[in-house]
Amino acid sequence: MNKHLFASGHTACSGCGQSLAARLVLEASGPSTIIANNTGCLEVFTTKYPESAWEVPFIHSLFENSAAVASGVEAALVYLKKKEDIHVIAQGGDGGTADIGVQALSGMLERGHDILYVCYDNEAYMNTGIQRSGLTPFNANTTTSPVGSQSLGNIRPKKPLPEIANAHAIAYVTTATVAFPQDLQRKVKKAHSLKGPKYIQVHVPCPLGWRHESSLTLEVAKAAVETGLFPLIEYENGKLIGVRKIAPKPVQEYLKLQGRFKHLLKNSEALKQLQEIADYNIQKYDLRAQAT
Amino acid sequence: MRQFLEGSRAIAETIKLCKPGVISAYPITPQTHIVEELAQMVANGELDSQFVNVESEHSAASVVLGAVATGVRAFTATSSQGLIYMSEVLFNIAGMRLPLVLTCANRAMSAPISIWNDHQDSISLRDTGWMQFYAENIQEAVDLHLIAYRVAEDKSVMLPAMVCIDGYILTHGIETVDMPSQQEVEEFLPKYKPLYKLDPREPLTMGPLADPDYYMETRYAIQETHKKEVLKLIPAIAADFAKTFNRNYNGLIELYHIKGAQKVIVAMGSVCGSIKQVVGELRAKGKKVGLLKISTYRPFPCKEIYEALKNIPKVAVVDKALSLGSLPPLASEIRALFFGKKQKPSVISSFVAGLGGRDVTKESIKEMLRQLNTKEKTGEFIDLKPELLRENYE
Amino acid sequence: MFGPLIVKPGTSRKNKTGSWRTEAKPKFLHQNCIGCKMCILYCPEGCIEGEEKNTYKCDYSFCKGCGICAIVCPKKDIVMIKEEEKE
Repeated sequence: MNKHLFASGHTACSGCGQSLAARLVLEASGPSTIIANNTGCLEVFTTKYPESAWEVPFIHSLFENSAAVASGVEAALVYLKKKEDIHVIAQGGDGGTADIGVQALSGMLERGHDILYVCYDNEAYMNTGIQRSGLTPFNANTTTSPVGSQSLGNIRPKKPLPEIANAHAIAYVTTATVAFPQDLQRKVKKAHSLKGPKYIQVHVPCPLGWRHESSLTLEVAKAAVETGLFPLIEYENGKLIGVRKIAPKPVQEYLKLQGRFKHLLKNSEALKQLQEIADYNIQKYDLRAQAT
Repeated sequence: MRQFLEGSRAIAETIKLCKPGVISAYPITPQTHIVEELAQMVANGELDSQFVNVESEHSAASVVLGAVATGVRAFTATSSQGLIYMSEVLFNIAGMRLPLVLTCANRAMSAPISIWNDHQDSISLRDTGWMQFYAENIQEAVDLHLIAYRVAEDKSVMLPAMVCIDGYILTHGIETVDMPSQQEVEEFLPKYKPLYKLDPREPLTMGPLADPDYYMETRYAIQETHKKEVLKLIPAIAADFAKTFNRNYNGLIELYHIKGAQKVIVAMGSVCGSIKQVVGELRAKGKKVGLLKISTYRPFPCKEIYEALKNIPKVAVVDKALSLGSLPPLASEIRALFFGKKQKPSVISSFVAGLGGRDVTKESIKEMLRQLNTKEKTGEFIDLKPELLRENYE
Repeated sequence: MFGPLIVKPGTSRKNKTGSWRTEAKPKFLHQNCIGCKMCILYCPEGCIEGEEKNTYKCDYSFCKGCGICAIVCPKKDIVMIKEEEKE
């Protein structure tokens, strides 16, 4: 029945933020797009033989190499003189992007390929069972950063990957979220309109890993933005050109929605530390909306 | 045209004639001269190709994977640590049935770090699904690259091929080489026409997840292609090669003074040149010795080797690599192919030589032949220095 | 001989994930719909369609019952009902 480029029948969990984001990204990119995808949930739930949810050319090779495979695709299209007509997307989850794939990503950004890299950030290795990644938030409870008498969860804050990408002096770096689909699609279209490497990090709640009701995916994603824990920013040629302004809510408003932060709600010291992370973002990117 | 060329230069010139649309590589000794030459050709506008300088061998292999998947002929080269760093991608390229050609400038594996030649790098990747060819000299290195592209891209094959060139000995050695012309190469090697590719006009999904209902057939299919198609195709393509270039290869193995031989050495790569010299000298003295050179190691030409060796009384197998904790790799396969056979050599001795660049001299080769007079050896090291083994750290 | 390597596009549509639903499914009331298409935009399955207001419907053969459409509908014109109730 539907004519989406990203077909129904994929096997993502109910309420999966990543499946929603993947469809939004692809629809904003259009049919003349080639995708190279890292190993991870997205690849597994869309391409289980003999089925595929993709209506565009799609290649999955390994966990960490989508940026390099896409570089080869792009180089081949340049050689064939077809690059002008085709968008190339490299994509992966947060682990495949920030940890095991960060070298290939940096190489792709540095070499100047005309590729959009999309990082679907659900803040842990969900495909293998919710292990922490470099993009897991501070004090989040995961299966490899578990809470215990000696532990409050993940010991480090999120790796600042958008900043790292931006340090490569590339055309466009931005963050987006499934909470604001039009904003996400605008950014994807803008990215494709610019030549060179582009990086988008999309915040995609995982109901299973974050432990919230599947119907709450968007509310959770929205709260991440409204507390300042996931700032929406836009860099063009290294210059901050836009942020989504917020009337900051206390971080509890975000944390209380999710089982992975449940252990923090009665711990004032831990809450304070997370609030400091949010406050840092609010100050750094000047997120606070002016009172009118 | 006959030219006096460094091996790397000759290989680069050959790759240029094959017109790859994408080349990607990461520098590692002794592969560097090959890709430096290619980079210069692109820089000079002599070669229309995208040369992608990557941050690792893992990405070099991934870039050419992406390029071949997009329907473009591609090339990469590496050595040793670089090849092993690529290995994850190499399994993937074969599993995805993408016809790539890679030059492996054979070099020892660390530790200890060694930039010198043996076969441990490529031998360690014999199970990836790649075809593997080993060159004796620079002329063969040139010719095997042309044959490699032709076999790899054949619609009945669609598998990657690794051309193994002994590091330094062939990459940095200089020989007189009969270089093919552009016209000859185009006659022998047609334009790459992919069976499947990434194209928005006909979208396909490549690299899907195969559950237990589907995985085994993909592996079986590669095995069958190796055993049935490639082993049949290589001699046919070699015959075709002879028509265009006037040089004769069997492609799978080469027999040198096998007729009536009492002792035959089995070897791969440049050491075969030295062995031929020793064989020639001994034959001149009436000694009945010979050489069986393996050019195609994957797929392993069991039938051809069996037929060639079944009536030879004594066989010496030279390995320039190990399977630590077990028999040397080539020796174990040669012995296995005679298992249960009535006609077979009475002795198949196994020797390890030339690890980490130690010279395999004429004397080393004669020593192996001498040791064939004693009881069967297994993994006997030639030219070992026992005095170095006395280091003690307690 | 190549084995299972290549998959045709969009073939996941053969996989009727609607059978996953256990508790709830959306009901489109078609009373206060303003045609904003938020339900279409936000559906993770991409299984809602419609053009004019009050025409939106969900393909229950794919709907996993996540309930996002009911939450994003600004007019509360989509409600989650028990799986066994009539749509």
